[in-house]
Amino acid sequence: MKIMVAIKRVVDYAVKIRVKSDKTGVETANVKMSMNPFCEIALEEALRIKEGGMASEVVAVSMGPQQCVDTLRTGLAMGADRGIHVDTRDALFPLSVAKLLKALVNVEKPQILILGKQAIDDDCNQTGQMVAGLLKWPQATFASKVVLDEQKKSVTVDREVDGGLETLCLDLPAVITTDLRLNQPRYATLPNIMKAKSKVIKKYTPKELNVEIKSDFEVVQVTEPPKRKAGVILSSVDDLIDKLKNEACVL
Amino acid sequence: MTTRAMLRGFRGRSIASLASSNYRYISTLVLAEHEGGSIKASTVSAVEAAKSLSKNNSVSLLLAGAGAPLQEAAKHATSCHPSISQVLTADSDKLAYPLAEPWAKLVHLVQQKGSYTHIIATSSSFGKNILPRAAALLDVSPITDVIEISGSNHFVRPIYAGNALCTVRYTGSNPCMLTIRATSFPVHSIADSARSDAAPICQVDLSTFDEDAIDKSRYIKHSSDNTERPDLASARIVVTGGRGLKSAENFKMMEKLAEKLGAAVGATRAAVDAGFVPNDLQVGQTGKIVAPELYMAFGVSGAIQHIAGMRDSKVIVAVNKDEDAPIFQVADYGLVGDLFEVIPELLEKLPEKK
Repeated sequence: MKIMVAIKRVVDYAVKIRVKSDKTGVETANVKMSMNPFCEIALEEALRIKEGGMASEVVAVSMGPQQCVDTLRTGLAMGADRGIHVDTRDALFPLSVAKLLKALVNVEKPQILILGKQAIDDDCNQTGQMVAGLLKWPQATFASKVVLDEQKKSVTVDREVDGGLETLCLDLPAVITTDLRLNQPRYATLPNIMKAKSKVIKKYTPKELNVEIKSDFEVVQVTEPPKRKAGVILSSVDDLIDKLKNEACVL
Repeated sequence: MTTRAMLRGFRGRSIASLASSNYRYISTLVLAEHEGGSIKASTVSAVEAAKSLSKNNSVSLLLAGAGAPLQEAAKHATSCHPSISQVLTADSDKLAYPLAEPWAKLVHLVQQKGSYTHIIATSSSFGKNILPRAAALLDVSPITDVIEISGSNHFVRPIYAGNALCTVRYTGSNPCMLTIRATSFPVHSIADSARSDAAPICQVDLSTFDEDAIDKSRYIKHSSDNTERPDLASARIVVTGGRGLKSAENFKMMEKLAEKLGAAVGATRAAVDAGFVPNDLQVGQTGKIVAPELYMAFGVSGAIQHIAGMRDSKVIVAVNKDEDAPIFQVADYGLVGDLFEVIPELLEKLPEKK
């Protein structure tokens, strides 16, 4: 069985981002970039399934300009067998990414497509659901536990939802998106980083995949959120209770 | 996104769509969640958001389920907000549990019949799970987690864990599909006089309701801690514990404090990861977004991702031993001290809840 994992290159989660003064976006030049944390978790889960003997191959996919290849190499260093780079400089939104992933699924025919639940840059949380809809595959989003039943060709997933945990059982092929607590991703070891250099990364363009990238919304501006006015440090619990009652009037 | 890419998108619009966007008849389909025979408060927020799209907006509420619980919820729905023009019910065993596959297909079916200009759901785990799948079936880009609506195609949404706000203009074809943050669209108490005529209930014709993926996903079970605490997402006061609480046992102090204040209990990712509390208490970028009147954080360092979930609270209080903890930068009132001393003192001195 083959597993396909979609991974995205984003601004590192620890970076304090700055909004550009011309309001066209967030400053990304000379800023540390990394694999989206949820994508790392997705890849880690795929690798564990393979190491458990239930998958034969893990293929990592990334889309965007040439720098995506760096992210793919990290994925290959973690243990993915092959990489696919969809080369485009156009701005990619979830609908386009979903269409490109669908085209790749039709080529590669994986049994599981696993993605992070959201990218920490746009926080969209849409792509997994959209590609599942396009493929007409069942979906399990916000997964915190994944258990494969090879014989029954199904997967049981615990999902983190508003009210707690929900358990679903899906027939394969299926789309899974990962939540924080699914696993702890591994670090790429030096021998694996070296091995990764000889693993294959195949390149496609959207045109080759017969996908037209059209955008149905425009970004008008990107701004900073309103700043809270500075607070005060108090010196006692009595003071706190007094302020909450009489100044803030919330008690 | 680059300016160049923005302009490329703009050039794609036709003259016709430019002209028609100045005056449009707006009709909105709101995807409703119901529980125990009534519509959830978060859904009423979605109706409130629909109001912001246009003064002239015909709002239909779509409910799905099976049998008596659905019918009861539908009756409640007819008068839960004065802006509702009709309530649609989809009654089927396939919809007994809110799974994404049948729901997305249902939305597709209802949209084909109703040709709504907008479809809205709350950005709850239901809305987040279902709306994008439905959008893909309708070949449109959804806009998720909207916190501000100014007009029928102008929306603001947070990015980078809320450290930046992105204003977008939807230029695609109908329907424009959104999920909205309930905390950004509070519902003011609705006077009984406004309820006047209850909206009519119409059954959705499900005779053509059929799709491959529907039987490929099965609901097994649900587990949650049933408490009498107010719902975290809508509580007036939230008290949150972080890694500083040190153990699940110590979280009982938070429960006592919440009890005293009539508050909900929240937690940071660190506290959930460490097993102190279950996941549904997590407040943060990828957990729950809350905006209570009072948010009190104990033993919380104030990581970017946590702040993302509570920065819209009216009043923020932070208690932490470390005076350099980032949480103090967003707190209105800070107390540098040991929470194991502060909380007992608060319990002793706080007035009983009204």
